Amino acid sequence: MAYVALADRDHEQHMHDPQSFFTKYIWSQDHKVIAIQYSLTAISVGLIALALSLVMRLQLGFPDTFSFISPDEYYQAITMHGMIMVIYLLTALLLGGFGNYLIPLMCGARDMVFPYMNMLSYWVYLLSVLVLCSSFFVTGGPTGGGWTLYPPQVILPGTPGVDGGIVLMLLSLVLFIVAFTMGGLNYVTTILQARCRGMTLMRMPLSVWGIFVATILGLLAFPALLVTGIMLLLDSVIGTSFFMPALLSMGEISEHGGGSPILFQHLFWFFGHPEVYIVALPAFGVVSDLVAVHARKNIFGYRMMVWAILAIGVISFVVWAHHMYVSGMNPYFGFFFATTTLIIAIPTALKVYNWVLTLWRGDIHMTVPMLFVIGFIFTFINGGITGLFLGNVAVDMPLSDTYFVIGHFHMVMGVSPILVIFGAIYHWYPKITGRMLNDRLGRIHFWLTLFGTYAIYLPMHYLGILGLPRRYYAMGDTSFIPDSAQTMNAGISIAAFFVAAVQMIFLFNLFWSRKRGKPSGGNPWKATTLEWQTPQTPPVHGNWGPELPVVYRWAYDFSVPGAAQDYIPQTMAPEDVPTVDDSYDGSDGAHS
Amino acid sequence: MNLLKKITARPWEHAGELEGLHGEFIVTRTASRTGLAVFLAVLSSMFLLFMISYYTRSLFPDWEVLADPSVLWINTLVLVLASVALQFASNNARRNSDEKMRRWLIAGLVLTLIFVVGQFSAWNQLLNAGFYAWENPSVAFFYLFTGLHAIHLVGGMVFLGRLGVNMGQEGGRELARQRVSLCATYWHYLLLVWLALFTLLLRT
Repeated sequence: MAYVALADRDHEQHMHDPQSFFTKYIWSQDHKVIAIQYSLTAISVGLIALALSLVMRLQLGFPDTFSFISPDEYYQAITMHGMIMVIYLLTALLLGGFGNYLIPLMCGARDMVFPYMNMLSYWVYLLSVLVLCSSFFVTGGPTGGGWTLYPPQVILPGTPGVDGGIVLMLLSLVLFIVAFTMGGLNYVTTILQARCRGMTLMRMPLSVWGIFVATILGLLAFPALLVTGIMLLLDSVIGTSFFMPALLSMGEISEHGGGSPILFQHLFWFFGHPEVYIVALPAFGVVSDLVAVHARKNIFGYRMMVWAILAIGVISFVVWAHHMYVSGMNPYFGFFFATTTLIIAIPTALKVYNWVLTLWRGDIHMTVPMLFVIGFIFTFINGGITGLFLGNVAVDMPLSDTYFVIGHFHMVMGVSPILVIFGAIYHWYPKITGRMLNDRLGRIHFWLTLFGTYAIYLPMHYLGILGLPRRYYAMGDTSFIPDSAQTMNAGISIAAFFVAAVQMIFLFNLFWSRKRGKPSGGNPWKATTLEWQTPQTPPVHGNWGPELPVVYRWAYDFSVPGAAQDYIPQTMAPEDVPTVDDSYDGSDGAHS
Repeated sequence: MNLLKKITARPWEHAGELEGLHGEFIVTRTASRTGLAVFLAVLSSMFLLFMISYYTRSLFPDWEVLADPSVLWINTLVLVLASVALQFASNNARRNSDEKMRRWLIAGLVLTLIFVVGQFSAWNQLLNAGFYAWENPSVAFFYLFTGLHAIHLVGGMVFLGRLGVNMGQEGGRELARQRVSLCATYWHYLLLVWLALFTLLLRT
């Protein structure tokens, strides 16, 4: 069967050309507009979650000072902060935002293969966000059961938001999963079916690989959240007992009986652990591309990087119970999950080594994206190493309910992916808008954010080792915790306010540069991948003009010996490569 | 293995080759068929997790066995027939005999409708016998399973209905013919899911 590009077979060149302002910017089926819609919505709702974290830090840093933060409100802030950050910000931004923008451009397609469904995906996502936010305005407020929504406590009286908040939360999650599935079907199918001529799987940039595998993880893991969401919703609304055991609640025997809360935990974490990699894998992919472009060197061990992504994807489905060591389990069961958890560190470490080895003797350009990449590598190693502690049952037991865990997961899946997202925005903003973000503001933003976040999360590890319990509204009188812990908590809070304020520099830069930034041209970083080779910047609807691009080489031909430039775009045929002498033989990359 | 070959290719070599390393063809199936396959994988994950939850719960000592409504056997037969009808529709679509295809489609649609109504009557039988979802976990699981399965069939019927509209339009026939085979696959899949669910219900 001969190769026929999807976009050439169909009449897609004339597809749904935007007619008016509404079809162009609001009801758009263009993947780039949908990507921006996803990103702006995710960032907006992320700012709400950021504000909620400040409420928590006000209370923790300065207990008994702010009368407007009640215990109920504190728990509601915790819950909404966690859920929004993990699902509605990180997942939506990395897959809905970057996935939507990059997949068709990097694969050489005109759009997603199902553009209408792609549009629908965004609008259902927006609806899920609105349903979630509406829980702030119902009687009793949003749910305060913690982001893991553990039954029985989450739907029992006494927990904040038991009247309406929990129902809205679960409805919103169900909507989010529907939206994600529509988007995810598009991402996977587009990558499999709509790549341009010459773009084999192993010529895809690692960003696409990361997004691809993360999407598959999401498609297989989110059903677990859907299943738990539906069953918990029925328990809470019509009184079934899927998860609810018989118990005494507020002195009365509850009407539930026979359910298993542990079953909920298994289902939730069967989703919850892959979710970590749904966030991490796109970030890994993006870092790999950024590090190669800004160090002007081919990525070290491309095939190993792809295999590591695949291995992490597979193993991430068999580690979930390491979140449940303290729930009580058969020791052999714990042993199995501790082993798989430590095994997943191997492909992950391999990726870290390969990033560092890509930097090794590279022509490193200390651009703002590169700064964020290096910040990410540091932070990810820090967060990853504390993960090795927590992956062991015996070490996890005493640390599980302390600030050590807060420090660990904020480093590894909070700060790390956010640093990548910042780096990626600084990197791709010129393609999206045609203008550079302000460099000086970018550098200030980077250094203050990096040191600020370390000031927040490093001390938390010490607090955790002291035994400071997490989830507490106030510590009260505890003899084993010294007073200095409270001083440290106050310091952490001040750092948190500082880091939040610093993000305003970034937001300002984002809006200011939109009109006043330096014009970037089509390929300011001299990158090889397809998105930088579009005829227009920003790319127009349909991306490529009359002819689809043709790919002749992999995405990492940087600093090839003999070539006149230090990069060869993927679209450049060997005979077209300008050479300085005859040493370039036209066939291979430099470092095979 | 083809996939293994693909992901062990050395991409930094062979610059200039177009049809890919090791002669890899890039596009071999239609996008909608791939999309459907991915969607069925998602559904499999969902139904499998439900079944595992159900099975785990059924091992608890307080599990009450559900009296199977007899109508389920008839429903199963009807769903098998619906699936067969859609297969015939798909075969006729391939032979471009539109009239026969239309007849089999209508047969499939009617049979599916009978199945869904039949499932409702099973609910009715249970409710009349006093089995309420909030009283007994096995009943709750039964309502949940059958409800979700029926919702997916109804979704398929909406798609079939749209296909009928396509048939009526000029130029929509080619599209309709392509989509019939997708529908047939989807129906076979939901039949398999139902058989698995039904077996599980009978055995616990």
